[in-house]
Amino acid sequence: MKFTLKIWRQKDAKAKGGFQTYTVDNISPDTSFLEMLDILNNDLVHKGEEPVAFDHDCREGICGMCSLHIDGRAHGPGTAATTCQIYMRKFEDGATITIEPWRSAAFPVIKDLVVNRSAYDQILQAGGFVSVRTNSVPDGNAIPIPKADADESMDAAACVGCGACAATCKNGSAMLFVAARVSSLAKLPQGRVEGARRAKAMVAKMDELGFGNCTNTGACQAECPKAISIAHIARLNREFLAAKFED
Amino acid sequence: MGCFLTNSSLGRKLVMSVSGCFLVLFLLFHMSMNLAALVSADAYNMICGFLGANWYALAGTAVLAAGVLVHFVYAIILTVQNRRARGSVRYAMTVQEKGVDWASKNMLAIGFVVLGGLALHLFNFWSKMQLVEIMGGHTNSLGMSPVDGAALIEYTFSQWYYVALYLVWLAALWFHLTHGVWSMFQTAGWANDTWYPRLKCIANIIATLLFVGFAAVVVVFFIKSLC
Repeated sequence: MKFTLKIWRQKDAKAKGGFQTYTVDNISPDTSFLEMLDILNNDLVHKGEEPVAFDHDCREGICGMCSLHIDGRAHGPGTAATTCQIYMRKFEDGATITIEPWRSAAFPVIKDLVVNRSAYDQILQAGGFVSVRTNSVPDGNAIPIPKADADESMDAAACVGCGACAATCKNGSAMLFVAARVSSLAKLPQGRVEGARRAKAMVAKMDELGFGNCTNTGACQAECPKAISIAHIARLNREFLAAKFED
Repeated sequence: MGCFLTNSSLGRKLVMSVSGCFLVLFLLFHMSMNLAALVSADAYNMICGFLGANWYALAGTAVLAAGVLVHFVYAIILTVQNRRARGSVRYAMTVQEKGVDWASKNMLAIGFVVLGGLALHLFNFWSKMQLVEIMGGHTNSLGMSPVDGAALIEYTFSQWYYVALYLVWLAALWFHLTHGVWSMFQTAGWANDTWYPRLKCIANIIATLLFVGFAAVVVVFFIKSLC
């Protein structure tokens, strides 16, 4: 397969970026999107040009490192899939593919397609944890947890913190990420005790870092690679408002 | 406690949700009241009489104006913050995400159409009814009694351009409410995956009910004027 790639190139955080066009040829339909970029970079290195910088790590959809806004969609043309899980057979032969970094004020571009997502780490540090001593792994069922609660908690815990929610949101809101973290802990007895403090601290940090206000468009859940529901945002709203009214 | 309604994103959204809920309830009341005009001009004028320049009607009008103002000012503040959060460089390419309603992404723009309609409506009716009474007048600029709401409806909707403008306004309101009504439950934390389809259905019913109820008066009086 042959593709024309329109890729955002930006030397560093301060430089003004712009699109550059490249062509890749002889790509197997079973090449992953990131492998296709590896092939492009290989060509660029051979030509003595600067390779395209992009984030990636596990390449099996669990680490949350890959990002990329491909043809207008976070993580490209898949459903509930990260960029590394996208294969070139998803595209038409000869297609022009536009590749951009996440665009959100809280995720500044570091270089080319790499953005700084440490804002999410800071939100986590503000309250996305339990402060009890967990010691070694307890016996299964030592603390009885209803199956439905455990399921909901695990659905929320599937969040890999990739940033697609804020990158997709027209308001640059990080609500789905924060909601997933608050929700996954709120549904378990170990996390429940600090529920109020956690919701307030994480929301305060999210606001402080300049993320926008959620307007319930639902674009985040449509593009989330882990298909996390905005029902968790409703729970975050509940947790936060209940905590505030208790103050 | 008071400050989280201004300094927290979730608090500001709660203000949008509660003020929006209040405005929807008012619209339901106003729509029911209007329907009386279809049945009897006297019945409608009696309601207008209740809601003239009495102290409770004036207090109600003040609260309502405050509701509109809060909803509007917060919408502007939230949108300015949201645009800043989105950053200065925009995507070169975007698509409409699956399951995302057009209205949900254009609430401010639709809101401006609704606000324009409100301004027209205040000019057409309020300035010729309650305002005249507040100023102590006994006839409005059209030479009618300020409590003869039925005659004013008949006069306004006999003009095709007002009919067209009101229908555009009501259509904008329909779009605004299809997102707004279920969204206010979500913001208050009163929603889940089971209830999303139900809430969206309720939102569509309320939006459609309001559109049909308001539009009925406009259209019926226009048709009557042609006959």
